[in-house]
Amino acid sequence: MKILVPVKRVVDYNVKVRVKADQSGVELANVKMAMNPFDEIAIEEAVRMKEAGVASEVVAVSCGVAQCQETLRTAMAIGADRGILVSTDAELQPLAVAKLLKALCDKESPDLIILGKQAIDDDANQTGQMLAALMNLPQATFASKVTVAEGKVSVMREIDGGLETISMHMPAVITTDLRLNEPRYATLPNIMKAKKKPLETVTPDALGVDVAARLTTVKVLEPAGRSAGVMVADVAQLVDKLKNEAKVI
Amino acid sequence: MPILVIAEHDKAGLKAATRNTVAAARALDGELHVLVAGADCAGACAATAALEGVSKVLCADAAHYTDQGAENIAALIVSVAGAGGYSHLLAPATTFGKNVMPRVAALLDVAQVSEIVAIDSADTFVRPIYAGNALATVKSSDAVKVITVRTTAFDPVGDGGAASIEPITAGPDLALSTLVSRELTQSERPELGAASVIVSGGRGLGSGENYHAILEPLADTLGAALGASRAAVDAGFVPNDYQVGQTGKIVAPQLYLAIGISGAIQHLAGMKDSKVIVAINKDPEAPIFQIADYGLVADLFDAIPALNAAL
Ligand SMILES: Cc1cc2nc3c(=O)[nH]c(=O)nc-3n(C[C@H](O)[C@H](O)[C@H](O)COP(=O)(O)OP(=O)(O)OC[C@H]3O[C@@H](n4cnc5c(N)ncnc54)[C@H](O)[C@@H]3O)c2cc1C
Repeated sequence: MKILVPVKRVVDYNVKVRVKADQSGVELANVKMAMNPFDEIAIEEAVRMKEAGVASEVVAVSCGVAQCQETLRTAMAIGADRGILVSTDAELQPLAVAKLLKALCDKESPDLIILGKQAIDDDANQTGQMLAALMNLPQATFASKVTVAEGKVSVMREIDGGLETISMHMPAVITTDLRLNEPRYATLPNIMKAKKKPLETVTPDALGVDVAARLTTVKVLEPAGRSAGVMVADVAQLVDKLKNEAKVI
Repeated sequence: MPILVIAEHDKAGLKAATRNTVAAARALDGELHVLVAGADCAGACAATAALEGVSKVLCADAAHYTDQGAENIAALIVSVAGAGGYSHLLAPATTFGKNVMPRVAALLDVAQVSEIVAIDSADTFVRPIYAGNALATVKSSDAVKVITVRTTAFDPVGDGGAASIEPITAGPDLALSTLVSRELTQSERPELGAASVIVSGGRGLGSGENYHAILEPLADTLGAALGASRAAVDAGFVPNDYQVGQTGKIVAPQLYLAIGISGAIQHLAGMKDSKVIVAINKDPEAPIFQIADYGLVADLFDAIPALNAAL
């Protein structure tokens, strides 16, 4: 069984982003970049399936600028067997990424595609569902448990009211939620090993995909800030403030 | 051109998020229709017909919509969208809407605009990015706009409408996936997304027993919903659906009490639009105090029972 895992290079989750003065976007120069945390969970899950003998190959894919190779190396240090970079400097929106991934899936024929449920930069939460739609495949978003047995995959999903489990034929698309697993830290030997793993580069043109953006960003603003209020000395003062000042109780 | 809202419902009635989504749709220009897809969903259709501003309810009643699976519902929406010539398709940015709408957008070969918080014009919308640390205004060049709506940004519509209910033919059962089981958290408390007061607990509670023993009496007194940080959910204090934050639920109650929560940006992303925020934390340096209206530096194990007694 082959698993394809798309990984995105994003601003590290510890960085507090700043909006640019010209309102054209957020400041990305000299900002620490990392793999999207949900994609790390996706890679980890795929690698665990390989270690358990359920999967035979894990292929990591990243779409974007040349530096995404670093993200692919991280994926290979966690345990992916090889990487594919879809190289472009164009701004990629979820629909375009889904089309690129479809083109790769048509070539690679994976049995499972595991993606992060959302990227922590655009917070779009779309790509997995779009890929599933384009490929006419079943989807299980927000996965907190994945089990493969008898040619089927069953996925426990985190939904607003609680949890549900669905069963799908493969190929299928899964998107990860936070509690699916805790990704390992890549060890130094594995980081070294990852440098020797195959990394192929393709272009959107070669895949025959038009990646033109459908949404234009008009402006990006800082949200209205919330300023710190007052510190109260004790519970009695808190109750007084809530009753008589804020009037919320 | 008409506008279509996809209802989220539990067949007997509407989920509160549908009311916020209809409110967003009313900010657009066009006759407003709502699609209710489900099995034995006459109750939900009747509730939808009563919503302010809705002129027609399209009811697709078929057994294969029982589970609200994305594959069948998305296919139905696409065929309804084509037949009705809709300019906008909107659903709430709940796990239901997030699951279904990108599938619809891809099938229509259009972008989706996720979690809008404001509508500038028919093609221009405001949405948070980077865990709400920036607000992007985006303009769509697609013929059909597929949108999910951040419910806290739009005040829910009330009743008072009298829309017609039109049964429509269901789409085929694609049989791509099957629901095996569903465990919904049972609670007598208000829904997190709709509650006016939320008592939220973090890792500082130390254990599930403490979480319940300390926070529940206070939530009872205040008639509040219970929420949690990711750390509290990961540690197993409470189920996943309690999580507030960038990747959990987005809430904006009248009063949010953050208890033993440090205030990571991912948590703030889910609650910083609350009207009044109270933070109770023993660490005076905790970042939560920077956004709290009222901060109390105290051990929660003393402060919460005292607070409850004082109320
Ligand atoms: C991709 C990603 C997504 C995430 N999404 C979310 C999300 O949606 N929601 C979310 O909440 N987090 C999310 N997180 C996690 C987030 O970064 C924080 O780790 C988490 O919010 C911390 O939870 P906490 O405040 O309960 O725990 P901690 O940060 O450990 O804080 C515990 C607090 O309790 C206080 N405390 C301890 N004992 C007491 C006591 N006796 N009395 C009073 N105070 C006490 C401490 O001083 C401390 O401030 C996400 C992280 C990532 C990487």
